Amino acid sequence: MSITRQDVEKIAALANLALTEEEIQTFTVQLSSIVSYVEKMNELDTTDVEPMSHSTLSGDTSYTRREDDPKPSLGADLALSNAPDSGDGHFKVPKVIG
Amino acid sequence: MDKDFEAVIGLEIHAQLKTRTKIFCTCSAIFGGEPNSDTCPVCLGLPGALPVLNKEVVSMATKAALALNLHINHESIFARKNYFYPDLPKGYQISQYDRPFSERGWVEIPTSERDEQGRAVEWKKKRFHITRLHIEEDAGKSIHDGMPQSATKSYVNLNRSGVPLVEIVSEPDFRSSWEAYDYVQYLRKTLLYAGVCDGNMEEGSLRCDANVSVRLRGAEKFGTKAEIKNLNSFRFLQKALDYEIDRQIKTIKEGGKITQETRLWNDKEGKTYVMRSKEEAHDYRYFPEPDLPPLTVSTQYIEDISQHLPELPEARRERLQHLYELTMEESMLLTQTKEMADYYEQVTEASGNARLAANWVLSELLRELKNAGKEITECPVTARDFGDLVKLIADNTISGKMGKEVFEKMFQTGKSPQLLIEELGLKQITDPAEIESIVKTVVAANPKQFEQYKQGKQALFGFFVGQVMKASQGKVNPQLTNDILKKILDA
Repeated sequence: MSITRQDVEKIAALANLALTEEEIQTFTVQLSSIVSYVEKMNELDTTDVEPMSHSTLSGDTSYTRREDDPKPSLGADLALSNAPDSGDGHFKVPKVIG
Repeated sequence: MDKDFEAVIGLEIHAQLKTRTKIFCTCSAIFGGEPNSDTCPVCLGLPGALPVLNKEVVSMATKAALALNLHINHESIFARKNYFYPDLPKGYQISQYDRPFSERGWVEIPTSERDEQGRAVEWKKKRFHITRLHIEEDAGKSIHDGMPQSATKSYVNLNRSGVPLVEIVSEPDFRSSWEAYDYVQYLRKTLLYAGVCDGNMEEGSLRCDANVSVRLRGAEKFGTKAEIKNLNSFRFLQKALDYEIDRQIKTIKEGGKITQETRLWNDKEGKTYVMRSKEEAHDYRYFPEPDLPPLTVSTQYIEDISQHLPELPEARRERLQHLYELTMEESMLLTQTKEMADYYEQVTEASGNARLAANWVLSELLRELKNAGKEITECPVTARDFGDLVKLIADNTISGKMGKEVFEKMFQTGKSPQLLIEELGLKQITDPAEIESIVKTVVAANPKQFEQYKQGKQALFGFFVGQVMKASQGKVNPQLTNDILKKILDA
């Protein structure tokens, strides 16, 4: 299966990315080659293999769940320190709903 | 609603679980902290941060699922729901998709249409089916108005990002706004009874979206549906559904077509309006969350939790209704919260009189609580003392009228009824000999009226009752006084 230009445009739209014409062409080729590579796995016969979503063993919850005990958070100043725009204790982003 | 049409409504409820910490990190999940103060690399979506599941979330989700008769899957998986929005810092929400935590549940509850005054017309039991209940994380909160630069900016608070939710999806089983209303009320009550959600709609602990369509009565195919969001109170929910049902019927009757769209309820205008068109909306591209292993729960685990579930609201309502011979309305009010039901049962036990206990709890207690702006959990009168008061009224130690006065004082001071009756000198006179002597004094003091009564002026009986009441400062037992007065006057 190869990735079309429309696929790239759709993915970019979903991710709110504005791509240049050049980028669209580059990504169409690159994404196609990635998908073709992964598709190699389709050559395997998996008729009797159960679908598996995770490689970890399920059942043992001792290391995968934690107690409901609060620990100190970063705090607002630190949390906001990497933000491109912030003020009044909040992250600021371009207006979403007008 | 137009008789030729019927509405088809499905509901999605998001309920915040009242854990101490968030679902995948150790930040506080308690509402109301300074903006963005309860955040860490996990809930800020910083690169490399990894989620670890909170045990209490599994326990609370299990309680909620059991309380709604859902079948819990021994293995469910988390999935990423991808969409782009500023209050979702990772660019995806960790939710569940094709293997949810639980499926195929139901509730069977009383529901009724309401008349113009909002009174129930006729309560009938109906079963509503629940498609699924799954676990997910909440997003942050976007603020679009009221901030210094709101004209050009949206503000984001990520304290809520990562707060645990259960999403409860119903089947399209509701045929009117009141059925939907009764169901959401019941769901809220159940989550409160189970102790997994505080049910506060204003603070957003419980949120409701509805899918609404209409069709000709008897038609099998569903009509095109609209999704309504922003139904953050019970009143909004019911009003918005009624508005939307009428709007769709009107549109169809005028030859128009319903478009599949998301609409928002605007309470100021009393209308729903289009938010965004569904076509251009979301392609969530769900896939299994690779950072979290499958969520497994054993039969033993589920059984242990089911043993700690309290009696659920509808079971309790039915039990109280039959055991104490209450009406449907009474039993509903008395089981509104688990604490109210506990209180009523304690008053009943202490007084030995379920009927009178119900009357007094539903009238005097509810009124005093409402006036004081208090919850039943903050009630200054203990159930024991209230029970004693009911007993004193039942055995005529004090009259109902005095009882009201005593109860008000109990509510103000927290004192016992016995002490207050003593202090106020309110004890009712029930000794016939004592009443008779008061009656005789009163009759002797009013010879003219006595004479007129004897000559047939029956209406003067009331005058004598009033005089006896006055002479005793209202403390004589009314029934006994009537009997004795009659005996003496007619002798």
